[in-house]
Amino acid sequence: MADNYNKSRGGNLKVFMLGWEFPPFISGGLGTACYGLTKAMEQLGIKVTFVLPKMVESKYTTHVKLLTPSSQKATSVAKSEEIKNVKFRTIDSLLQPYSSPDVYRQQIEEILQKKHGKHGSVTAASQFIGGIDYSSNMYAEVHRYATIATELAKDEEFDIVHAHDWMTYPAAVAVAAMSGKPLIIHVHSTEFDRSGEHVNQMIYDIERMGMEQANKVIAVSNYTRKIITNRYGINGEKVEVVYNGVEQNSRAALADTHIDKNEKVVLFLGRITMQKGPEYFLAAAKKVIEVMDNVKFVVAGSGDLMHHSIEMAAGLGIGHKVLFTGFLRGDDVQKIYEMADLYVMPSVSEPFGIAPLEALGYDVPVIISKQSGVSEVLKHALKVDFWDVNEIANKIIAVLKYPPLGVTLRSHGNFEVRKLRWNDAAAKCAKIYEEMLVAI
Amino acid sequence: MPSVCFYFQVHQPLQLRHYTAFDNNDRYFDDYKNASICRNIANKYYLPANRLLLEIIRKYKGRFKVAYSLTGVLLEQLHDYSPEVISTFDALVETGCVEFLAETYYHSLSFLYSRDEFIEQVNKHIETINHLFGQKPRVFRNTELIYNNNLAELIESMGCFDAIITEGADHILGSRSPDFVYRPKGCDKLKLLLKNHSLSDDVAFRFSNRVWPERPLTIEKFARWLGNINGNGNVVNLFLYFETLGEHQWADTGIFNFMRHLPEAVLRHPNNDFRTPSEVVQSFEPIDTVDVPNVISWSDTERDLSSWLGNPMQSNAIHELYRLEGKIKKTGDEKIIADWRKLQASDHFYYMCTKYFADGDVHKYFNPYDSPYDSYINFMNVLGNLQNRCVRPALLDANRVTDGASISKDHTTERQLGVCVSPHKNGKEVNASFKRQRKMRTRLINPSRVGSRNRR
Repeated sequence: MADNYNKSRGGNLKVFMLGWEFPPFISGGLGTACYGLTKAMEQLGIKVTFVLPKMVESKYTTHVKLLTPSSQKATSVAKSEEIKNVKFRTIDSLLQPYSSPDVYRQQIEEILQKKHGKHGSVTAASQFIGGIDYSSNMYAEVHRYATIATELAKDEEFDIVHAHDWMTYPAAVAVAAMSGKPLIIHVHSTEFDRSGEHVNQMIYDIERMGMEQANKVIAVSNYTRKIITNRYGINGEKVEVVYNGVEQNSRAALADTHIDKNEKVVLFLGRITMQKGPEYFLAAAKKVIEVMDNVKFVVAGSGDLMHHSIEMAAGLGIGHKVLFTGFLRGDDVQKIYEMADLYVMPSVSEPFGIAPLEALGYDVPVIISKQSGVSEVLKHALKVDFWDVNEIANKIIAVLKYPPLGVTLRSHGNFEVRKLRWNDAAAKCAKIYEEMLVAI
Repeated sequence: MPSVCFYFQVHQPLQLRHYTAFDNNDRYFDDYKNASICRNIANKYYLPANRLLLEIIRKYKGRFKVAYSLTGVLLEQLHDYSPEVISTFDALVETGCVEFLAETYYHSLSFLYSRDEFIEQVNKHIETINHLFGQKPRVFRNTELIYNNNLAELIESMGCFDAIITEGADHILGSRSPDFVYRPKGCDKLKLLLKNHSLSDDVAFRFSNRVWPERPLTIEKFARWLGNINGNGNVVNLFLYFETLGEHQWADTGIFNFMRHLPEAVLRHPNNDFRTPSEVVQSFEPIDTVDVPNVISWSDTERDLSSWLGNPMQSNAIHELYRLEGKIKKTGDEKIIADWRKLQASDHFYYMCTKYFADGDVHKYFNPYDSPYDSYINFMNVLGNLQNRCVRPALLDANRVTDGASISKDHTTERQLGVCVSPHKNGKEVNASFKRQRKMRTRLINPSRVGSRNRR
């Protein structure tokens, strides 16, 4: 598929792409997805201009350690590696992928406190908000991002506007309107995934507006496609599914980690938020520990439910069996995967879920929730309903107790993962681009 | 002129309950589900098919004949949930045109793992068929037609069989035809009947296949193909799953009419006839020896064991199961032994097969699990519990002997291995357990009445 495209198109397509995170500064699967997709597009000869909000440091950024102003450094690192056709533009912004208005306000207050060298109360600090060049609320910020992105777009030449998730939608819609180019909205997650039924109406409206304005909507799974058609009322003909791929890691052997392998390790890796279902992981852990010794549960990640989760583990009386590592990246992620005997993703609502694919890439068998997009593409995984704590525990015990289960899952799973390539995802996007350009 | 030999395999697996690591009881099987599946299949497929075959036999006044192999697992379920099906088998037996074959009572792969267990199960099956239908099977077919030279030798040494049946796999025959009687290598008396897989599969799988160029398969066409064998074969062995009639090939594909009119087309030539396996064995002498050093089966295109033992989960599960044999039998607890034997059914291992799983191709027939992994986990949880029951104090077990639910008792200690024994005192109990039923069944022997009963 990819090869065919290359030959036919010769790669003179230019894409104006709007995102908000990129490795190594990522807080979730979105940065990984943008990286994988753009890298594969580059191989197809597609020229991508990638617009990123520049992140600001704050201890309230609950998922990722954001650095400023080094995000520019980060993009140049990525550039020098292997991506040549992707150009990066950044906008000073506090935008973060998995943010909520509350977190955003806290960030601003944090910055203000730093600026003024004060450690005053939160309420006191908020008086100064108006005085700086960061917008005082998240929605205004989204629109400020849109204004600047439109400015940037004026200097650029491109055929297509491609936007990843809601915070870039107003910008993308504005750029598309200004340039008259077709708009593609790429939905990696929706407000229903992040917030359950307690949706933020403003975000929902932005999402729906973006999808309605788009010429084409790309969903990362049928699971997400269904939400887009059912909850946002978008015509199904406009929505296409493009599954994510997974980076084939060429693993360099790490230095010996001196892990005592007398104990089995069950891993949760992801943001500790409602969406990811950490409480189901802990409840299952409790049940496993009741019937098994020599097992440790590792919760790797951070998020707004982190403190709650630590308290919950203590409350269940399994605090000594559960380790919270905080947010991991780079070698640490690889280390934790190499330690793990099993990866569990009990997500309440997961549009796709790249992490289980990474786990399989590291030869770690996975248990995934049926409420995830990745369960559509992964056959060789154990699947559970996120709420079925008994069954999660049952399957954890089975993997730890019956080694042939892990052996079979690993050998088939690893093979299966190799078939999920970003090249195919990029080629599918390219095909959608072409169709739209022909239509216009 | 070729004879046509029909044999139908009739089996329904017992489904396990969803059994987690936290379950701790000996209720392994999903009685409700098994009952409803059994009743449904009996009413929708078995009864209409049996009535049809009975009708054909009566119409041709003994010139149409068939053979069945009924597993013990199936008979127990029919006994419990759909006794009217057994009464239709009764009616079929009384025509004198129906033969029953022997196999392992529990539809097991025991030949591969325990000869003792294998022989016990075969004998148990012979006795059950004898008690129910007054016939002692003389022809043996192994579970999934699994076969090699050693099996043939073992079956011959049991002294109660005239022939054994297996798949006419191309790689064991080479250029030879499956339409003759052969001699298994290493045997002096035992004869070998081979399934004509090409013609069998035409009916079993390709009959309603829309992309098959030969569709529709008319009776004339099929009779012509049978006729083509003339001069290069004595017998065409059509070995089919009983579910072919109605379930695999739905009634609206015309399979029933095909069966109804096939005898007419076959018998049109005066030299053609239908024979049961035993009649085939009596009529024809072996023309050659067939050497099968490696195990074969009738499964998939590979005709090997990979459907049941192809991945680490499958071989682990079955090894763990047979490793318990000594412990299980030492308990002397009928319920424990019966549970262990029910877990031997090949279906449990078939559900764990990962061969076609990734292609989204549901492995040909019904699999109650979402994935092979779920099936393995469930099986191993059950097996873990069974193992724990073996080490319970004898005190607890004393009470359990009475509530053995199996049709017949276990004869482990009394049986001289390798020899068929006539029913003895335990056999009488088998009789007793079915006696009640026999009374009820006589009332139901008219198939049309059976039908009206089912509609309720």
